[in-house]
Amino acid sequence: MLIRKPADIPPSEITSPAVYAERRRFIQTAAAGTIAATLGLPVIAAPAPARGEKLPNVRPSQWTVDEKLTPYETIISYGNFYEFGPDKDSPAKNAHRLRTRPWSVLVDGEVKKAQRFDIEDILKWAPLEERIYRMRCVEGWSMVVPWVGFPFSALMKRVEVTGNAKYVEFWTLADPEQMPYVRLPLLDWPYMEGLRLDEAMHPLTILAVGLYGEVLPKQNGAPLRLVVPWKYGFKGAKSIVRIRFVSDMPRTAWMKAGPDEYGFYSNVNPDVPHRRWSQSHERRLGEFLKRKTLPFNGYAEQVAHLYAGMDLRKWF
Amino acid sequence: MQTLTDRQLALLKRLLFVAALVPAAQLVWAIAFDGLGPNPVETLQRKTGTWTFNFLLLTLAVTPLRGISGWHWLIRLRRMLGLYAFFYGTLHFLTFIGFDHAFDIGEIAKDVVKRPFATVGFAAWTIMLPLALTSTNRAIRALGGKRWQALHRSVYAVGILAAFHYFWLVKATALIWPIVYTTLLVALLGWRAQDRLRRYGPWPALPKVQTIRFFRR
Repeated sequence: MLIRKPADIPPSEITSPAVYAERRRFIQTAAAGTIAATLGLPVIAAPAPARGEKLPNVRPSQWTVDEKLTPYETIISYGNFYEFGPDKDSPAKNAHRLRTRPWSVLVDGEVKKAQRFDIEDILKWAPLEERIYRMRCVEGWSMVVPWVGFPFSALMKRVEVTGNAKYVEFWTLADPEQMPYVRLPLLDWPYMEGLRLDEAMHPLTILAVGLYGEVLPKQNGAPLRLVVPWKYGFKGAKSIVRIRFVSDMPRTAWMKAGPDEYGFYSNVNPDVPHRRWSQSHERRLGEFLKRKTLPFNGYAEQVAHLYAGMDLRKWF
Repeated sequence: MQTLTDRQLALLKRLLFVAALVPAAQLVWAIAFDGLGPNPVETLQRKTGTWTFNFLLLTLAVTPLRGISGWHWLIRLRRMLGLYAFFYGTLHFLTFIGFDHAFDIGEIAKDVVKRPFATVGFAAWTIMLPLALTSTNRAIRALGGKRWQALHRSVYAVGILAAFHYFWLVKATALIWPIVYTTLLVALLGWRAQDRLRRYGPWPALPKVQTIRFFRR
């Protein structure tokens, strides 16, 4: 449910997840230690994750959900970022190799003038907002993530698109030096995702630069990533180096990998199963029982009109 | 090593019983101290599934190992290994019906019918159930050795179904482990096939036939 009236303080400011995690770990380690010592078992204390730099002047947003946040540690340690390996924990293990500065983003295609923007300038395009969004992975798990970012529409004020621009492509970096797994043909590198222009312009669509009020961790797609909360998570291209406006529907990396499993739209839809599993339910990370998946990931009220008259079984 | 005394065998059985419980104990430990990672259910499902397959392979390895090494006492560990495969398989099945479907029979049935990997997984567990139930000495006597053996050969089907189950649930980028497990399974079943051919091959044994001599001695 969206809360229209923004709170004065972003929720992530209230309880620092680091402090919370630290206390929790202390209690657990103490408890485990006592029992382990009694039984003569070894105890390995997990090191606390290094935290990012605090982002200044982050404002709360009306486009936010009031749900329990997924812990910071979970968000940074579980996810898909195939450039760093195929397992859920690969990004956390390998993303330290990514160099996020200097970084620039090329904006080209159906624009009057192609331009390259430096990340430091991009960060000043619009006031940074905290957006707490549900994130539903196509694989059947979900999280609630406090992103920091700004609407994609802020980019549209910086470039002049031509009348031919109907779609937008988002290209991820594919540098084998920093991303070891792009040497393997897991996907057709570089990773590319796309949106219809009206989807990209929707106020829910953001370019994220932060998480939990801090600079976006590398494994989550630093320094700049796309977040489209009503679509399956893979639509949110990470570590973006190029944004291209085009006239035809792009064939994205996942469409090439499995055209019958991954469609261009990939809106969260409990009624359209994946070819190999049902999408009717999802598991919120950390919870044991599954919960029902909501149409458009619970954002139907905001986005369903974009697809009026479309057969969503055909355009999955 | 060729033969063991009854005492040695009893000790070995006890050791095996405890060792086979270690993976389960690790899971209990991880549940108690939040060590299952960000997606606890996924971890439980993977670990119980992997250990089911491990014990299936160990069970199926007894006959070939015995044939190759001549350690006939190995056969006396097989029942326990098989029962542990069933034990981990049952835990695995419980995570599926409990965590994935909250024991909702309708939902479970729908999933089993619709999703090939759930279908074969369910079939494999269903086949294991009567094998576990007929694992007692009394059941062996009641059934008679021949019939008992015929029934228990269906463990080969369990192995094959488990391999399909594994292949169908992983994503295309993670095929390496299903390939490793299937290769081992094929080797263990293949050994049986060639052993059968060797012993009771379709050709008659003709010990008196002499090889053709090209050269006179």
